[in-house]
Amino acid sequence: MASKLNLKVTSFTDRKRKLKSQLIIGVLLFLALLACFPFLFISAYVISKGIGSLDWAFFTQLPKGPGETGGGMANAILGSGTMVLMCCLLGIPWGMAAGIYLSEYGEGKTARILRFATDLLTSVPSIVVGIFIYGLIVIYFGFSAHAGATALAVIMLPIVARSTEEILKLIPNHIREAGLALGIPRWKVILRILVPGCVGALVTGVMLAIARVAGETAPLLFTALGNQFFADSLSQPTASLPVQIYNFAKSGFPDLERQAWAGALILVLFVFVINFGTRAFIYYKKS
Amino acid sequence: MVTELVEKLFFTREISEEISLPLKKRDVHFGDKVFYYLLKGASWGIVFLLLAMVGLILKMSWPAFSTLGWTFFTSAEWNSWTQEFGVLSFIYGTVISSLLAVAFAVPVSVGVALFLNELAPSWLARPLGFLIEMLAAIPSIVYGLWGLFVLAPLLRTYVQPVLLDYFGWFPLFQGPPLGVGMLCAGVLLAIMITPTISAMTREVFKAIPVSHREAALGLGATRWEMLKLAVLKTGTSGIIGAVILGLGRALGETMAVTMVIGNKSEIHLSLFESGQTMASILANQYAEADSDLQLAALTAVGLTLFMVSLIINSIARFIVWKVEKGFKGGK
Amino acid sequence: MDGEVLKVEKLNAYFNDFHAVKDVDLSVNYHEVVALIGPSGCGKSTFIRCLNRLHEEVPGARCTGNVWLDGQNIYGKGVDPVVVRRNVGMVFQKPNPFPGLSIFDNVAVGLRLAGVTKKSVLSEAVEEALRKSALWTEVKDKLKKPGTGLSGGQQQRLCIARALAVKPPVILMDEPTSALDPISTAKIEELIVELKNDVTVVIVTHNMQQASRISGRTAFFLLGELIEYGKTSKIFTKPQNLKTEQYITGRFG
Repeated sequence: MASKLNLKVTSFTDRKRKLKSQLIIGVLLFLALLACFPFLFISAYVISKGIGSLDWAFFTQLPKGPGETGGGMANAILGSGTMVLMCCLLGIPWGMAAGIYLSEYGEGKTARILRFATDLLTSVPSIVVGIFIYGLIVIYFGFSAHAGATALAVIMLPIVARSTEEILKLIPNHIREAGLALGIPRWKVILRILVPGCVGALVTGVMLAIARVAGETAPLLFTALGNQFFADSLSQPTASLPVQIYNFAKSGFPDLERQAWAGALILVLFVFVINFGTRAFIYYKKS
Repeated sequence: MVTELVEKLFFTREISEEISLPLKKRDVHFGDKVFYYLLKGASWGIVFLLLAMVGLILKMSWPAFSTLGWTFFTSAEWNSWTQEFGVLSFIYGTVISSLLAVAFAVPVSVGVALFLNELAPSWLARPLGFLIEMLAAIPSIVYGLWGLFVLAPLLRTYVQPVLLDYFGWFPLFQGPPLGVGMLCAGVLLAIMITPTISAMTREVFKAIPVSHREAALGLGATRWEMLKLAVLKTGTSGIIGAVILGLGRALGETMAVTMVIGNKSEIHLSLFESGQTMASILANQYAEADSDLQLAALTAVGLTLFMVSLIINSIARFIVWKVEKGFKGGK
Repeated sequence: MDGEVLKVEKLNAYFNDFHAVKDVDLSVNYHEVVALIGPSGCGKSTFIRCLNRLHEEVPGARCTGNVWLDGQNIYGKGVDPVVVRRNVGMVFQKPNPFPGLSIFDNVAVGLRLAGVTKKSVLSEAVEEALRKSALWTEVKDKLKKPGTGLSGGQQQRLCIARALAVKPPVILMDEPTSALDPISTAKIEELIVELKNDVTVVIVTHNMQQASRISGRTAFFLLGELIEYGKTSKIFTKPQNLKTEQYITGRFG
């Protein structure tokens, strides 16, 4: 039987097509590698630049004046810690409550509006949040840790709300029904059966939100402002790590720039530990 | 005291007690109701917060609009000595730096999404995807620091001289190669929005049914032709949504841009020149405004930025929502 | 033309460790409709996906053996899967016209891929394919409209037209009517019987009545093995194998 079929690549067009396909796959591989490069570059650079300055003084001393060497960022670390903690006190309960509402009671058109508003709040530029808190608090009470923490909480709120919602939605419905069928009121079903069942995942979501706000600079610039010293109270201008890095970076003094890198390393380590940790947790849970 | 109360409220009453006392219905309903309204309040509180934000910022910026009128939008002059305030140069800076970022980031992000979703085996896709996702976790101040001390010098010594040599006749590439400026901001923003766009695009690609890909292959398409036909063409509107979302993120980005854009409130065609965005002028001047009018004008800049990003993000979310619905409802 | 268009020798297909198709030998003649029946998971879909080398696209999937298409081994050395697939059309379970393309473009896409650019050649081929798939009168006034706007049955006929347009000697169909209503199903069955004049059809079906209505020969698969293959009338009336009989009489499946 004589065959007319040719199943090999012989024609010019086919050869061209095959080559083009392989070429473009090569380009796509290159683009993927290119996109991975900045992360490796940035993290390696921050580590190598910052690691040498992470000494005891960095964590325990106040910054020295411009031109002097030595000193640390103790005030900024304490300030950031305080404000993030305060932000959690407001942002986590509120965000979780909203998230539970969206997941457990959120159906129909109004829920869609709520969800949309939450998403929009996530995408409000953080500097605009700063202006809002300036008008709401700073005008009346001055720059303070309170104002800074509230600004951070506004940023944290929608993140926590949406992650809580997504996590609770993963729980199959029959578990809710089983609880309700036992005659347990709905609010107890939610708080004593649903929430404890996924507390690990909820914590994961909250941790990621904390990692996000801990690095925020813009909303603190004109709410907490910054401080060369330790703040005496929560209603005083307060230093924070990101703002201090910013101020040191643009100071033009090499020793302050050196400390800015060390501060950046602290931030990056904090964020990475949380991200790696949560991923490891999720991976561990899956397997 | 409080913990005791909480414990009493939540944990002390036994379930069996409730079952044995079905007549105390009102009590059960009461707890449910309080809980429900608490949650509802929290959720509507977010809407209220958003509205309050718009209202308060509008009120704070009102003096600027009433004093400056339309010149606020038509003037590019920003001078606290002469009390002239116009937003135009910041809008220009914001738009150009963001568009530049999108232009750099889109081909890379879509390429990444194609490669990781459609071509790479999972042992390769997972670590690469992780490295790209982690870009989104780096705080923007760290990007700024890196941009100022690493990226800008790199551009100054290696990229800008080459561009000057070959494209110096082109108005986009003229002037002294300083490193910092519009180009640097664009590149840095591109790195920052790549994870956003690629993650969104990957979601869109994941939603496309496998059968489209098989149909293309079954017709004798090469791998690239299959990607073009079944993935890119099918996912076009989703990709557009992802790109707009990335654009929204670039528009509002503050710290990184402030640190590398040069901070000059002027309009220049050349990408080597310094500029100023709506976000960067706020970061630079808000805490130390000299006059009430300047503060109001700055707030008005914030309002403009706020509105632009609300509109852009609404459009993006609408598109993404429609696309996801389309795939779920359709095939 | 007479003789064998497809000849399958010792075909084995795997998904990682799972042995999905076991040592299958089977041949198909020109202008014939062959139906593959068997309970779900018996490997018949996997089997036909080996006939146009689509099986290997699934991660972790591989196959061994020889498949002769018109005297050429599609698993032979130097053979390109892309060219193989152009010569073996495929119609899927669910209608899947390309969402971004018009009706015309959906049919023309195979030719365009093969490098045909001349407008007149394309429109001629599109019309011919649409006529053969009995869709021409329904869509000739809206060729520019998106293909996804058609009804399910029309979409499936569009997919058949898409496969026909490149004039392959063989078309594979993987349960093409399982997602359609009875009327659309009847139309497609009618169409398949007519297509016999132009192409050879290998069709996987769950529906034994369908197999008996349209096919000349039927193959019965069970747990990855080809149990029995022969004239459809014979398989359904006097099956040789006990398992075939049990399946056909509804004892299992």
